[in-house]
Amino acid sequence: MTMTTDPEVAEAADDRPTAPRPVPEHRKRRRTPMTWLRGGGLSNLAFVAPMLVVFAVFSWGPIVQAVVMSFQRTNLVSPPVFVGIDNFVRVLSDPNLGTAVVNTLYFALLALLFGFPLPLLLAVMMSEVRRGKGLYSALAYLPVVIPPVVAVLLWKVFYNASPDGVFNTILGWVGIPPQPWLQSSATVMPSLVLEATWAAAGGAIIIYLAALIAVPPELYDAAEVDGAGIWRKIWHVTLPQLRGVLFIMLILQVIATSQVFLEPFLFTGGGPNNATLTILLLIYRYAFQNSLGGAYGEATALSLMLAIFLALLSWAYFKLTERWSTN
Amino acid sequence: MTDELADRGVLSTADRRRGSVRASMTFVHGFLFVGLVVAGLGPLLWLAKAAVTPTQDTLSQPFALWPNGIDWANLETAWNDIHIDQYFLNTIWVAAGSWFFQLLIATTAGYALSVLRPKYAPILNALVLATLFIPAVVLLVPLYLTILNPPVIGTSLLNTYWAVWLPAAANAFNILLVKRFFDGLPREVFEAAKTDGAGPFRVFWSIVLPMSKPILGVVSVFAVIAAWKDFLWPLLVLPDPAVQPLSVRLPAVQSQTELDVFLAALAISTLIPVVLFLLFQRLFLRGAGLGGAVKG
Repeated sequence: MTMTTDPEVAEAADDRPTAPRPVPEHRKRRRTPMTWLRGGGLSNLAFVAPMLVVFAVFSWGPIVQAVVMSFQRTNLVSPPVFVGIDNFVRVLSDPNLGTAVVNTLYFALLALLFGFPLPLLLAVMMSEVRRGKGLYSALAYLPVVIPPVVAVLLWKVFYNASPDGVFNTILGWVGIPPQPWLQSSATVMPSLVLEATWAAAGGAIIIYLAALIAVPPELYDAAEVDGAGIWRKIWHVTLPQLRGVLFIMLILQVIATSQVFLEPFLFTGGGPNNATLTILLLIYRYAFQNSLGGAYGEATALSLMLAIFLALLSWAYFKLTERWSTN
Repeated sequence: MTDELADRGVLSTADRRRGSVRASMTFVHGFLFVGLVVAGLGPLLWLAKAAVTPTQDTLSQPFALWPNGIDWANLETAWNDIHIDQYFLNTIWVAAGSWFFQLLIATTAGYALSVLRPKYAPILNALVLATLFIPAVVLLVPLYLTILNPPVIGTSLLNTYWAVWLPAAANAFNILLVKRFFDGLPREVFEAAKTDGAGPFRVFWSIVLPMSKPILGVVSVFAVIAAWKDFLWPLLVLPDPAVQPLSVRLPAVQSQTELDVFLAALAISTLIPVVLFLLFQRLFLRGAGLGGAVKG
C-alpha cells in the first residue's frame, strides 16, 4: 500500500495546457438523451465505468467512511452508534500514544540523518565517474528489488545478537565488541533505521542521478569562468539545481517514515518494552490485535489525526520552501 | 536516461587532468565499487551461500564457506515441505491479477480523461487526483470493512484475490502517468482514424495502446513490484494460508522452520525479482527515474 502524497503532481497535471479541440456541432444544440447517445456518451461511459466503480467502492467510499467511522462505535456485530469525539478522546488519553509518537519521531529523525544525505552523496559520486555508471546503478538498486519482507527477515538473521552473529562477526574483525542490536531498547531503533536506509537508498539514488543529468553543463562552465573550484561548483551549482528534487524527496521521506510499519512489525513487533511501537503499529493493534474485538473507531480516529497532521506539515513545508525558492 | 546531456558534470576536462583530482577519482571508484558490492550484492551472496549451508555452520561461522559441506537438500525441503511452490504460485497470481486490473483501469480511465474527454472529465480528474493526498493508512480500516462487507454483491471478498486486485486497481498515480502520456500523443492520428470510420474502441485498441508501449511498460513494472512487495494488505484480507503469497507466508512459517531451510526459502523468494530486475534493468531504472521526474 504505497501512495504518493504530492501536491506538485496534482498542480502540474491541472495546469497542463490542453490541446485545442473543435467543439462538435451537436454540443451547441440543446442536449437530449439522443444527442448524448450520438455524441458518444455511451462509449464514454463504457470507458469511465470501470474506473468509476473501482474508485467509488475502494477509494472514495472508504475515505468518506473513515471520517464517519471516527465518530462512531463500530464492532461489526451491533449497528454503529454515533459517539461524538469519544474515539478521539480515548486515543489521546491512551498512555501508549505518547510512546508511539516519540518512537515514530525518533525513527523519522534517524532516517533523516542517515538516509537523506547518503543517497545524495553516492549519486553525486556516481555521476562523476566515467566508466561503470551502469554497474553502479544496478548494484545500488539491487536492495530495492529484494522483497521488503525477505529483506527484513534476512536482516533479522544478520542482527543475531550472539558473538557469532553476522554483524557481530564483522564488528569482531575490527575489534568492536558484539552489539545487542534488536534486543536492547537503546540499539533497536538505529538497527531498524539502518535496514530501512539500506532498503530505500537505491530508489533515491536513481532519482538524484536523473536530476543530476538534467543540470545544464553551461552553469558549470560559467562557474569555472568565475574561478570556482570543485567544491564551490557543488555548493553553488549542483545543490541549488537539485533544490526542487531535494525539497520534494525530504517531505516524501518524512511522510513515508511517519507511517513506518513493516520494520517494527516484523523485526520486533513493537518491542523490546515498546521501544519500537510506532503510530501505525498502534493503529494496527487497535483494529486487528484487540482481544475485545476491533476498535475500528479508535483506529480510524488515530489515522485521521495522523493524516491531518501530515497534510498541515506538508502545507507549511511547501509555504516555507516556496519562500526560500523564490528569494 | 538521456546520456547525451551529461557530456560533463561537476568536473571539467581540465579538472580531470589534475593529479590530485585523478587520485581522488581513483579513490571514488574504489569506494563506490567496494561499498556498492558489499551493500548491494553482499547480502544476496551471503543468502545464496547460507541457503545451501547446514544451520550449525551458519550459526557458528557465518562467513565460512561450507566448512562441513554443501547441503543442497535445504532447497528441496523448502520447496516441498514449506510448500514454497504453492505460495510462489499464489504470489504470481496476486501479481498477475494486480497487473491486469491496474493496467485495465489506468488505460481506460486515461483514455476517457485524455482523449474522449466527456463533459464531466474535469470533475473525475480532480476526484482521482484528490486521492493522491490521502495517506494509505486512512484507508486501512474502512477498506478492510468494505472487503468484509462489499456493496451489492453481498458476500465477503475475504480470502479471494479480488480483495487484493481491486483496491490495487484504484491507483491514482497510474492514471496520472497514463493520462499524461496520452496527452502527449498526436491528436491528428485519432482524427484521421475517426475519419476512416474507427469508433472509440477501435482507436483505443489499435492506435492508442500500440503507441503507448513505453508507459505501459513502466506501469506494469510498478504494478508487479508493488504486488510482489505488499505485505500488510494481503496479511489482512487473505487470512487463509492456502491463498497467501510469499510475503505473508514467510514471516508466519519462520518460527516452525529450521534456519537453513528458512534461509533457502528466503533465497528462492528473492530469485525471481532479482532475475526480473537483471533482465529488465533499463525498464526498472527508467521507471524509478520517471517516478522522480514526476515528483520533481
